[in-house]
Amino acid sequence: MANMAQAIRMALNYGETHLGVKDIFGQDVGAPLGGVFTATQGLKNSWNTPLDERGIIGMAMGIAMTGERCVAEIQFGDYIFNTIDLLKIAGNTLWVTNGNYPMPMVVMTPVGAGIRGSIYHSHSFDAWASRLPGWKVVMPSTPKDAYGLLIAAIKDPNPVLFLKPKALMRVRGQELIPGEPEERELKAMIDAPIGDRTKWTAKWPQLQEFEVPIGQAAITREGEQVTVVSYGRHLLLCNQIADELREEGLSVEVIDLRTIYPYDWQTVKRSIQKTGRVVFVNEDTEVTNFAEHLVYRTTQELFYDLLARPQVVAGKNVPGIGLHPNLEDASVPQKHDIVEAIRSAIAEVP
Amino acid sequence: MQPVRQLSKKTSQKRSPKQVPKQTSQKLKLTSKGAKAASLSSNVKKDLKKTPKAGPFGGLSQDLLLNMHDLMVKSRVLEERLIKIYKAGDAYFWIGGPGEEAWGVTLGMLVNKGQGPKHDYLHLHYRCTPTLVAMGLSMIDSIRLIMNRSTDPSTGGRNFSNHYCFPQWNVAPVSSPIEVQYVMALGTAHVQKRHQANALTVVTGGDAGTAEGDFASCLVWASRRGQELPILITVQNNLWGISTSYEGQHGENQIADRAKAFNIRSRVINANDPVESYLAIQEEMQYIRKTGKPSFIEAKLSRLYGHSSASGANLISHEQDCVKEFEKKLIQNGLIKESAAKLIWEKYEEEGFEAQKIVRTEPVPTPESIWENIYVGSENADWRKF
Repeated sequence: MANMAQAIRMALNYGETHLGVKDIFGQDVGAPLGGVFTATQGLKNSWNTPLDERGIIGMAMGIAMTGERCVAEIQFGDYIFNTIDLLKIAGNTLWVTNGNYPMPMVVMTPVGAGIRGSIYHSHSFDAWASRLPGWKVVMPSTPKDAYGLLIAAIKDPNPVLFLKPKALMRVRGQELIPGEPEERELKAMIDAPIGDRTKWTAKWPQLQEFEVPIGQAAITREGEQVTVVSYGRHLLLCNQIADELREEGLSVEVIDLRTIYPYDWQTVKRSIQKTGRVVFVNEDTEVTNFAEHLVYRTTQELFYDLLARPQVVAGKNVPGIGLHPNLEDASVPQKHDIVEAIRSAIAEVP
Repeated sequence: MQPVRQLSKKTSQKRSPKQVPKQTSQKLKLTSKGAKAASLSSNVKKDLKKTPKAGPFGGLSQDLLLNMHDLMVKSRVLEERLIKIYKAGDAYFWIGGPGEEAWGVTLGMLVNKGQGPKHDYLHLHYRCTPTLVAMGLSMIDSIRLIMNRSTDPSTGGRNFSNHYCFPQWNVAPVSSPIEVQYVMALGTAHVQKRHQANALTVVTGGDAGTAEGDFASCLVWASRRGQELPILITVQNNLWGISTSYEGQHGENQIADRAKAFNIRSRVINANDPVESYLAIQEEMQYIRKTGKPSFIEAKLSRLYGHSSASGANLISHEQDCVKEFEKKLIQNGLIKESAAKLIWEKYEEEGFEAQKIVRTEPVPTPESIWENIYVGSENADWRKF
């Protein structure tokens, strides 16, 4: 099975060969490195930029103004913050021009903790991103979804932020991307060799077009007693917890939101109406967390369906993720935090 | 990053959509006086056939000079009309470009106008009325913008005066945050380089904004060896950043010196002189089209009515007035009669006045329209409806 970095690479190749993507760029995105997570290795239209995040986003906006498709990368989400006014402008350009100037551009950036990345390689951006009207924001948890969401993002005529859970970039999926070759063969085809790469070119598999529609969540575990809504790295943890609790006879329904905005409320709503209990899980900091909006909506629309208080399990509201494991583990939700929230939600008597 | 501050607190009249007529594009009807002026203006061109040799007009033809003058007057009258509209309470805010006519009009006359990478792209700042007038902007469309009518073709009533946007002319949306246009310009220039159509990107901005990092980004990206971009980088240096003087913000001798550090060809011009502006822009555009490399112009010019309505929007009488100076020179050299020049002013005064009357009757944006065009095709962006 492909890992997420390979899946992203293959989606970008599909984009440049079938969807008119002429520019895939960012710091160290082109040869020889092909991205710090190798997600852009071997692409024919990838190129290196100056170390300048504002230049990268501005370049993408200018390309979008011509109507051409591009994918820009900010090397780590931690470094996207100095572009936030440009992101605001990219999101409001269509609106403020009353429909005159669409901005078809994709920006991808690795986010979140989980690799012992210290304060400036661990930031989350999903809550910030949810406050960028005009953008669509997606975040996959599996390689197959990464492939399908990225293709959907490239095709979308609006700006799309593709958040890559960096701790999952080397995690292999459990489902094949349509047309994906066997793992060893895939590696030989599209992974750049160690050492001299000057004569290497990728041999791309004949993948089929596969799209995960933006705005469509997935139920990854069916259950009856509590709904858990998550995305990205923590989604896999929630799946694991649901499987383990099932051994104890607890039935947990897990929803992978996949799109943060515009989000799939109908899937969430149906599940909460069924279970009466909900826990929202993500690793961005807890104050004005995106999940708080979902809790607000839950209480407004489903108040009389609820059997327990909705809960948010999120990162602590501290300035950063400290390097020592004690600090990181105390800052972002751990397995036991999620289990505890699920157990308490199920145990609560209305 | 906020050039526009201290917005007027005055409230202007709001009209219910039901109270306004449905017409959205009435044609202007000039009175006999205006029609006479228009007629005389064209007669002037016929009567005065001599073409000046070099001298004060750099060898430019009489037709071109008179056209330049006409557009400069039109732009000035339009801007003064916009100020009157603000002062009459028909607009919430004014910001614009009186004083930049000599630069802006000549720039607009020289661009390869059209849509797509085979034509020039323009990333303009909020003093760009002269450029757009030269490209064909009608007075009434500028007035629709400042009076935030739904008929405003640039923003549909969503943004300030001079925040134009015309995709059919490759005019990128003008933004209030200053200097961001300098990084977006890189993208259009990059695509133009790929298309190899001798088209270029123009970016304009003020001297104070050059302190922003985006200005430096533009110099860095445009000048990378072997990857140079076809972009005319310009700075309109009026010596002011709202109320802060040039001396308070700059240590460099000339802003153009910063371009030299990146091996970008650069020059400083007196942009209060339309002939010097025209010749300089023409020459730099030719260089860019020929080489595919960037060029830089620091255009020194006046700011005639201050920063915006927030600072009063009153005439600064000690600043050089490029329109009046140019007109004087044309008259002194016999290229136009004083009476004919006066009629041009009157013609546009009347056009602006009539346009304001029409726009007053035009519809305003509806409250429910806030949800339109957040996404392409007005795909739903309201979470209440997800």
